[in-house]
Amino acid sequence: MPAKQKEKVTIDDYSPASESAWCPGCGNFGILRSVDKALVGLQLAPHEVLMVSGIGQAAKLPHYTRANVFNGLHGRPLPAALAAKMVNTDLVVIAESGDGDAYGEGGNHFLHTVNRNPNLTYLVHNNQVYGLTKGQASPTTDLGFTTKMNPDGAWVAMHPLAVAVACDCSFIARGFAGDIEHLADLIAQGVKHKGFALIEILQPCVSFNKKNTYDWYRERVYKLEDEKGYDPGDRAAAFQKALEWGDKIPTGVIYRNERETFDEYVGVAGQSPVMKEKLDPKSITGLLKDFI
Amino acid sequence: MSTDLNILVGGEAGQGVQSVGSVLARAMMRGGYEVFADQDFESRIRGGNSFTRVRISSDPVQSPLEKADMVVALNAETIDLHLSEIRGGGIIIYDGEKTGSKPDKGVLTLDIPIEKIAEEKAGSLRMTNTVASAAALGLLDYDLEILIGVLREEYGRHGDKVVEGNIKAAKAGYEFAQQHRPKDYTERLKAGKSSGKMLISGNEAVALGALAAGCRFVAGYPMTPSTPILEYLADKGREFRVLVIQAEDEISAINMAVGAGFTGARSMVATSGGGFCLMVEGLSLAGMTETPVVIVLGQRAGPSTGLPTRTEQGELLFALHAGHGEFPRFIAAPANAEEAFWLTVKAFNMAEKYQSPAIILTDHEMADSYYTVTPFDLDAVVIERGDLLTDKEANKAGEYKRYAYTKSGISPRAFPGQGKALVVADSDEHSEAGHIIEDAETRRLMVEKRMRKHEGLQKEVGEPAFHHREKAKFNLIGWGSSRGAIEEAACLLEANGVSACVIHFNELWPFPAEVLVKNLAGVAKNIVIESNATGQLGRLIRTETSIKMDGHIARYDGRPLSAEYIVEHFEREVA
Ligand SMILES: Cc1ncc(C[n+]2csc(CCOP(=O)(O)OP(=O)(O)O)c2C)c(N)n1
Ligand code: SF4
Repeated sequence: MPAKQKEKVTIDDYSPASESAWCPGCGNFGILRSVDKALVGLQLAPHEVLMVSGIGQAAKLPHYTRANVFNGLHGRPLPAALAAKMVNTDLVVIAESGDGDAYGEGGNHFLHTVNRNPNLTYLVHNNQVYGLTKGQASPTTDLGFTTKMNPDGAWVAMHPLAVAVACDCSFIARGFAGDIEHLADLIAQGVKHKGFALIEILQPCVSFNKKNTYDWYRERVYKLEDEKGYDPGDRAAAFQKALEWGDKIPTGVIYRNERETFDEYVGVAGQSPVMKEKLDPKSITGLLKDFI
Repeated sequence: MSTDLNILVGGEAGQGVQSVGSVLARAMMRGGYEVFADQDFESRIRGGNSFTRVRISSDPVQSPLEKADMVVALNAETIDLHLSEIRGGGIIIYDGEKTGSKPDKGVLTLDIPIEKIAEEKAGSLRMTNTVASAAALGLLDYDLEILIGVLREEYGRHGDKVVEGNIKAAKAGYEFAQQHRPKDYTERLKAGKSSGKMLISGNEAVALGALAAGCRFVAGYPMTPSTPILEYLADKGREFRVLVIQAEDEISAINMAVGAGFTGARSMVATSGGGFCLMVEGLSLAGMTETPVVIVLGQRAGPSTGLPTRTEQGELLFALHAGHGEFPRFIAAPANAEEAFWLTVKAFNMAEKYQSPAIILTDHEMADSYYTVTPFDLDAVVIERGDLLTDKEANKAGEYKRYAYTKSGISPRAFPGQGKALVVADSDEHSEAGHIIEDAETRRLMVEKRMRKHEGLQKEVGEPAFHHREKAKFNLIGWGSSRGAIEEAACLLEANGVSACVIHFNELWPFPAEVLVKNLAGVAKNIVIESNATGQLGRLIRTETSIKMDGHIARYDGRPLSAEYIVEHFEREVA
């Protein structure tokens, strides 16, 4: 955005346009407040931000704040977000996803987007179930958790953050929907980070997940910032933290490693946005000669 | 006297069949001839048997000939496979030292030690291709200087040594053929002035069309026959500021293209049937979010992975019906490279004007064949971006309605970040402002708004081409790449005393039903000719006009339609 005199951005700028379809008490409300708080903290106006989401309860978040929004397909927010950022690098692009969206249907895109390292922020609301389709197991559901579709209990859970460490994701953090201050700070760090920032958010689902409740999380979460000597630049240590799940669950920045971004690699970083380029058929005159 | 000469070059994959074909085609074009060259190759990198056919004519040609006037055999199989296709008076060139047996069927032969010449005269076995092309031209007494010019261009980037080696190889091959030409071989080809035309494949023409139209974003995952489009654009990407991304799969590719289209860049994907299957959900996403996107669907023989490197027109109805729910789309099926360029430009315009997906249906035969084409007149390329908000309008704060109800169904488009207006798009049913809704009334109005765009598109779609013949007994009806073969078949039939009109579609959706009905009113029998088993165009015509076809000529062996094939089947099944 041009460095004109900017009006001060306040929380009112993010007051929602439509009524929410979330259950009362849902962890998504805390995430929504954290997102708004982070954007106000960064003094980003809604029109400077593009939120891209998939399908699910989490994916509805962009409708309940104010920003440019592309609410696309289940599991597919990352490809759409990546392309949007590539053709207009001026936009701040945030992708919103649920755990099913991100790691189930969108698993392949997750791996490859982490690997590409585009300049995006990815917020994954992890309620360890499929909310919108009424409580089936997700890739992160705890072992043995029974649902209507998983009467034998869910099978071994994946550890997406460990996968992200393995793929050298350039920024990995975990927040908790019950700690808005802390989560807002992590989101702000993610947005400022140059490269792909994955922020997984522990999100209680009051309707379908009676195990991983607010209290369950409160008993277990601790902040890595409080842990003396934890260095998010240490990949081996990060891998261990990313696997830690059960009695103690780490939050905060787990891993950070600045590396070349996809925008830089493709040559669009620091250039005027491709989508603003003039369209001129005559520009290819020289190419025709190759065929004569 | 008019010329129509068909040279078939055959060999194993990896032996340079295509390069011999391409050098011959270019040399012929430089001498003022019209050329059509198609490729028949197996889905393997080395070995097997493949061939390219270079048809050289004094009149425009756009279809293959099954009978050859000359066969250049780079291996023994080519002799076995193609000997019977050589026309009377035709000739086969082969390297007896390599292929062993001498072709014994009553055809003329030239046994030339291609490898030995390459090694002795040019010092490299890699020049065998050049020896072979030069021998073909020597037999025809064609202008050697033209060939040398083509070789200079072809090998220029490899340095002077390689160029000089090739020239030596060419001279030796040419002289050998002239000295050993069988007395009975009478065919000669005189080079004239260059016509200034381009020699270009269907795929290259699509890629140029996309660049001319201002495409700024391309995503894809390699799949025959569309990969060359992606590769060409990737090569030019940085120079023309086109982002070309190799996605992790086709699902990603289409979602990327939709994301880029939403953000304001003209965007495209190129794939084939299997990849298009994966894109179908994204196609509906484009329909619902009213995002322009151009999809190149390069058909090959299916179902499933089918014959990966062979041709079919089996996906017309798939392209038409693909996607859940109902939404407008534009579908074009170019007949040749020239149309591939112009219809690609049109597809980008239709996609943006109607904020809907546009599909370009090519197939292996069109995509991988080379055509001689008058250089595209870039002054004639018009870019229509449709109804866009100006920066000033977009900057006016206040509620912007991405999906405002309008008479045309087209809502003025703004891009995210263009101004203070917030752009909200949704794959769920939505309000005018783009937010999720569930109420029946908004749903009804949105469906109607989207479908009104179909009516607008209907007026833009080009009419089929009608080649009338007085009191014709038959209408030969086809679409896409087969036009050249059908037109040629009509001429052959005429010579046999059967008069037939040709009706050809290169824009298929919205279907130009009205004009077709008008033109079909008559006594002629309607014969649909397609490279598929079920007569998809015939079915489409019947659904859209209630007119039932009277006959059907189908080809589904993976090989392209040719005039000979059509006439043979016409006489057997229709007449
Ligand atoms: C292709 C496809 N398959 C299935 C669905 C149905 N579906 C909608 S949301 C969802 C799961 C959502 O779970 P999650 O991403 O964890 O989000 P949550 O609702 O829990 O926030 C599914 C399976 C869909 N919309 N599209
Ligand atoms: S179902 Fe769960 S995730 Fe969805 S809104 Fe209700 S509480 Fe939240």
